[in-house]
Amino acid sequence: MIRIEANDKVIEGKDGETLLTTLRRGGIHIPTLCHLEGLLPSGACRMCVVEVEGQNGLVPSCAFPVRDGMKVHTHTRRATRARKTIIELLLANHPDDCLYCSRNKDCQLQDMAAELGVRQRRYSGGRCIARPDISSLSVVREPAKCILCGKCVRVCEEVQSVSAIDFIGRGSHTKVGPAFDTGLHVSSCVDCGQCILACPTGALSERSSFKNILSAIDDPKKHVLVQHAPAVSVTLGELFGAKPGVDVAGLMTAALRRLGFDRVFDTSFAADLTIMEEASELVQRITQNQPLPMFTSCCPAWVDFAEQNFADLLPNLSTCKSPQQMLGAVLKSWYAKREGIDPKDIFTVAVMPCTAKKTEARTHGMDHDGVPDVDAVLTTRELARIIRMRNIDLASLEPEAADTPFGGRSTAGKLFGASGGVMEAAIRTAHVMVTGKEMDNLKVQAVRGMQGVKEGRVKMGDLEVGVAVVSGLANARKLANEVRAGRKDIQFIEVMACPGGCINGGGQPIGADIEAVKARAQALYLIDRDGDIRTSHANRDVQRLYDEFLGKPLGHESHRLLHTEFKARNAGE
Amino acid sequence: MSAVEQVVAQYPGAARDSLIPILQAVQEVDGYLSREAVSVIARHLQLAPSKVYGVATFYNQFRFQPKGRFHVQVCRGTACHVKGSAAVLESLKRTLKLEPGQTARDGSFSLEVVACIGACGLAPVLSVNGEIHAGVAPDKVNGILGVYRKRVAD
Repeated sequence: MIRIEANDKVIEGKDGETLLTTLRRGGIHIPTLCHLEGLLPSGACRMCVVEVEGQNGLVPSCAFPVRDGMKVHTHTRRATRARKTIIELLLANHPDDCLYCSRNKDCQLQDMAAELGVRQRRYSGGRCIARPDISSLSVVREPAKCILCGKCVRVCEEVQSVSAIDFIGRGSHTKVGPAFDTGLHVSSCVDCGQCILACPTGALSERSSFKNILSAIDDPKKHVLVQHAPAVSVTLGELFGAKPGVDVAGLMTAALRRLGFDRVFDTSFAADLTIMEEASELVQRITQNQPLPMFTSCCPAWVDFAEQNFADLLPNLSTCKSPQQMLGAVLKSWYAKREGIDPKDIFTVAVMPCTAKKTEARTHGMDHDGVPDVDAVLTTRELARIIRMRNIDLASLEPEAADTPFGGRSTAGKLFGASGGVMEAAIRTAHVMVTGKEMDNLKVQAVRGMQGVKEGRVKMGDLEVGVAVVSGLANARKLANEVRAGRKDIQFIEVMACPGGCINGGGQPIGADIEAVKARAQALYLIDRDGDIRTSHANRDVQRLYDEFLGKPLGHESHRLLHTEFKARNAGE
Repeated sequence: MSAVEQVVAQYPGAARDSLIPILQAVQEVDGYLSREAVSVIARHLQLAPSKVYGVATFYNQFRFQPKGRFHVQVCRGTACHVKGSAAVLESLKRTLKLEPGQTARDGSFSLEVVACIGACGLAPVLSVNGEIHAGVAPDKVNGILGVYRKRVAD
């Protein structure tokens, strides 16, 4: 049993944990800039310094093991002055353009400067003058705003095993960037945006598509359609003061109409469509001896990662496009024809929890007859910005329903937002395709939860299918390597690049902890629990789309519009 | 097999702890670390190119452009610093229109800052292709370089 005394209060610690963890559990707030929950401490920022009786200097609590009987003082004059000096030194090499920064009022550096009462510039010196890197379609780097905390580097390496960026140089010349200090577009970056979530300042942000969208809305000739992803409605509220896990689908739909979108569709509809295609593909692969295990392909960061690292496994990726691209393709074909609009006059916008979707929308093959299926992608954060810009008060709106013909969704489609959701939805439909009967219990507990790796076995009549769900690309790499080495007991693998799935996507509100992500997932599972239609194949709008247009899953039209192919490539190609 | 691949092949089964020796060996052969070399080394050690580049840029000894015909090393060690090597470096940068680590486009000169040449008694020193020039004053730089410029022209 470990007991420490912190600020004259007794707190219980656990063996092997750091002082910071103990203090935070005890309700004492310690500021940090470089700390990442769940990863090894780096001790880079020194903001977490505290006084420990018997120790000469200040100690970094994030990297200091807790010991029984410690007497700790966290907010002495000495400790707070040290923290303030750190912030002042960081600000000495930081541009003073907060008013123009996308992270204004959502910036840890700014918050801490305010908390610590920084009121004047005590230090000045050489400034980093590196220019922004806008080479990526998804992620913008502004090295001048970087405080070298290293969180982006660690997330990219340890969570994603991508290592697109690292520290370059030494001492006061140190900066963060890709190999040879080039642009992200020629690096191994997969655009997941987890670095943006980790960044305490505005040094990393999404590439904005505001202008195109606002001008399309203003253009009377353009028919502007918007789709919103399953994971957006359960997080958008957080940016307007709601606690994590509140579903604002109805309010968001109302707000999107106020913004001037001609139709508001739910990407969950296309998720149902994806499931029809993907479950059919799975059954076909199993029954016709085609490459197994099948990997899902709706996460563009994972697809990019696989194309760079697992060329030999590309035949194992489901050929299905992601729901975003499926809906885009259907809007510019069937919907255009139905409404009698030239596809060139249709502008489709996707609101996504994701930064990689921006690059995906511009990927080769994601267009028909020279018309892109999706014209612009907004992240959850950007949508909140536009809503504010137009002075729309989300809370005062009345919830509205999405438009037909793509407004109807099953709650299975909605589950796409969480890690394990695509798997669960696919199992529900594949079960019917294999056995002709619905599952007795639709809930597939084995694939739910926040763990990075989940495995289970699912019975479909006489057929038993091994399934695995991974989130975080480091986990995906491990499993893919096992498959490469000959692992045979799994037939279907769901991969989402972001830990926990799209609810923790790179386009989501910044500053969410694991509890917030859990609450977001819980919101999706509650929607599913209380839903009327809980399987993709029961979605009437999807059935109608097949009856009137597509024919059957994996049919000719499906192949033309809803499927794609993957190509091995080196980083940067 | 390229020269870099031949070097790397001498380190079978090497892990990340061999990174610096390999970087040194490759630079020994190629004279600098090219993008291709970094990729080959990264692949061999199963490291990301960003990691290899990050380590390499941490150390002054690695360069990323080929050396010029005349490689100018200016000492910035303690003794040379005390005797005014900062001004010598400024003069070199101005005269050659190069930053340390760079090579002129025509390949004539390259400039490098080194920590100590071991000739502190002669401070401040610079070395051109190993030829030591002692007690260099900023206004002497142009004259020293002029000799080599002439050799480039010949």
